[in-house]
Amino acid sequence: MIIELFFQYLVAGITYGIIYSTVAIGFNIIYNATGIINFAQGEFVMIGGMTAVTLNAFLPLPLAIIIAVIITMVVGALIDIIFIRWIVNPSVLRMIIITIGLSIVIREIALHVWGDGVRALPYFTGNEITSLSIAGVHISPQVLWVIGVCSVVVIALNFFFSFTLVGRQMRACASNRNAARLCGINAKNIVTLSFVLSAGIGALAGCVISPITYVQYDSGTGLAIKGFTVAILGGLGNSMAAVAAGIILGILESFSIWVLPAAYKDAIAISILLIILFYRPSGLFGSREVFRLKEF
Amino acid sequence: MKRLKLFVVSLFILTMAVSPVFAADTIKIGAILAVTGPASFLGSPEAKTLRMLTDEVNAGGGINGEKIELIIKDSGANPEKAISFAKQLIEEDKVFAIIGPSTSGETMKIKNIAQEGKTILLSCAAAEVIVNPVAKYVFKTPQKDSFAVKKIFMQMNKMGIKRIGVVTGNTGFGKAGKAQLAKIAPDYGIKILVSEVYDKKATDLTAVVTKLKSKDIQAVVNWSIVPAQSIVAKNMKQIGLNVPLFQSHGFGNIKYVKAAGAAAEGIIFPAGRLLVSDALPKSNRQRAVLLKYKKDYESKYHEAVSTFGGHAYDAFNILVKAIREVGPDREKVRDAIENMKDFVGTGGIFNFSPTDHNGLGMDSFDMLTVRNGRFVLLNK
Repeated sequence: MIIELFFQYLVAGITYGIIYSTVAIGFNIIYNATGIINFAQGEFVMIGGMTAVTLNAFLPLPLAIIIAVIITMVVGALIDIIFIRWIVNPSVLRMIIITIGLSIVIREIALHVWGDGVRALPYFTGNEITSLSIAGVHISPQVLWVIGVCSVVVIALNFFFSFTLVGRQMRACASNRNAARLCGINAKNIVTLSFVLSAGIGALAGCVISPITYVQYDSGTGLAIKGFTVAILGGLGNSMAAVAAGIILGILESFSIWVLPAAYKDAIAISILLIILFYRPSGLFGSREVFRLKEF
Repeated sequence: MKRLKLFVVSLFILTMAVSPVFAADTIKIGAILAVTGPASFLGSPEAKTLRMLTDEVNAGGGINGEKIELIIKDSGANPEKAISFAKQLIEEDKVFAIIGPSTSGETMKIKNIAQEGKTILLSCAAAEVIVNPVAKYVFKTPQKDSFAVKKIFMQMNKMGIKRIGVVTGNTGFGKAGKAQLAKIAPDYGIKILVSEVYDKKATDLTAVVTKLKSKDIQAVVNWSIVPAQSIVAKNMKQIGLNVPLFQSHGFGNIKYVKAAGAAAEGIIFPAGRLLVSDALPKSNRQRAVLLKYKKDYESKYHEAVSTFGGHAYDAFNILVKAIREVGPDREKVRDAIENMKDFVGTGGIFNFSPTDHNGLGMDSFDMLTVRNGRFVLLNK
């Protein structure tokens, strides 16, 4: 029984972790291109989930998800073009305030468009009560879907940032925008592209996790806080590290419930965030030397 | 010059168009409701219900010829906002009465303000403390939360359940439920072996229900609102914790059943009869009222009716009935409500008295369950 419980908590932890990781990856992309944190990232997740649920009423599920991702990408592009592109030499603080403002605006618009109802896509495989049972440990097939989608996205991103020209241009812009411009990179287009990409990945995350977590007009904030924690924990900019950090955090949270009252779960997540920010701001897997050279 | 003339003329037309409204006498009714925010599942149907009823009464010639002017303030479930709106409604708008707030926390904050302003307050919130101790001008229409807890425990006694686990959301509603459950459980010989609180925005509760599974419990009680109440149901089934799940009366909206899908089957919870109005016997006295409200609301707003909107429905109709009887005099109306007997509402049959400003009995709750995605009466 104890062994079974142990693995059940482990599965729960992996479930939490993988949900946080999918959100954290979106933070990393914009950070990689601009060096800022986009606090509206959670809203991309919400828009993706909400749009897919709306479209799924009259479209088959895969098509609904694809169109929802595209729509969210357009929203991401518009946000950059309207609010961010025209700013000459944006300071970090200014960009953060803009994205926080945007997240509030998006939330209010979503409330007017979709109302306050709680929605979800259907489970991709099976339904709400289906679970795979392996030696007494139960896992929902949707969790496997999230793990699968998350893995594919991380591998694709790693490839993109390491081996493609555009990906490298993005990283160049992040480390030194002026130098990148002097090399002939159109920095403004790269930033737009990073918003499009992270909006798309956020939307995809919103779609695959919505059967588990549900989606509501204000569900972006909570996800963004956890996603941000995980992105910092892993080391900003590194998607692979974000997944590892996400699973570590998820497992810590899950096992904390075993021994402590469940109410302390989020306190643990925030404590870890603070400890990391104080003692190792480069994250668990980030390089201290590289971090010292960055603006923040 | 020509433009000026045009401007003056249009101004005249405008004032002429507006003036009849000023001429007629109106009765101002204020409402402080959580239309948006975390308790919008309460406030939103309440606001819609009040608008519908106001239109209906005004279309029928008003109350004894006087039209109702409804002023809805959206508090977003924020007690500070509720306080300032209450002051504004009482001191500036000089409303005749206030309906709401939607939540117990807000109501407790403005209980004294209404009392000092000598303004009738008809709360749509559940907590028993709103009317216990009784305040002269404060009434409430939803069933007391202690009734919901007692109903659940009575059902457990019937099913032979003695050891339970309790999970609650970290909202005012969840906290009140947790306290009531812990207080009343010994009276029914029920032991709470584990009691856990989780974040209201929790995205997955597998670890919490795993903890429940590790204890020797015969049933689970969950006291929270959406989306957590659906997540608990799903996660229990997913990890194979196959004991009955009891929910609070906050589960009383068919939307939540849809959200939980197959996991909602078999959930047991106490609720007013609105949700099963179709299934009530013809002899039931509430049947006609319930069916009318359901039909009116659903045809107007194209969404399923909920018990929460029903609380506003009752509050409004009790107020209107009292004004019709004794005229728009605040003291007389207050006395009329306090002595109102046998009023058939959506929440039950109200019998107010100077010591009971809620007026509902235990029989106003029924135990419901979910079968094939629909609410049905339990034991039937």
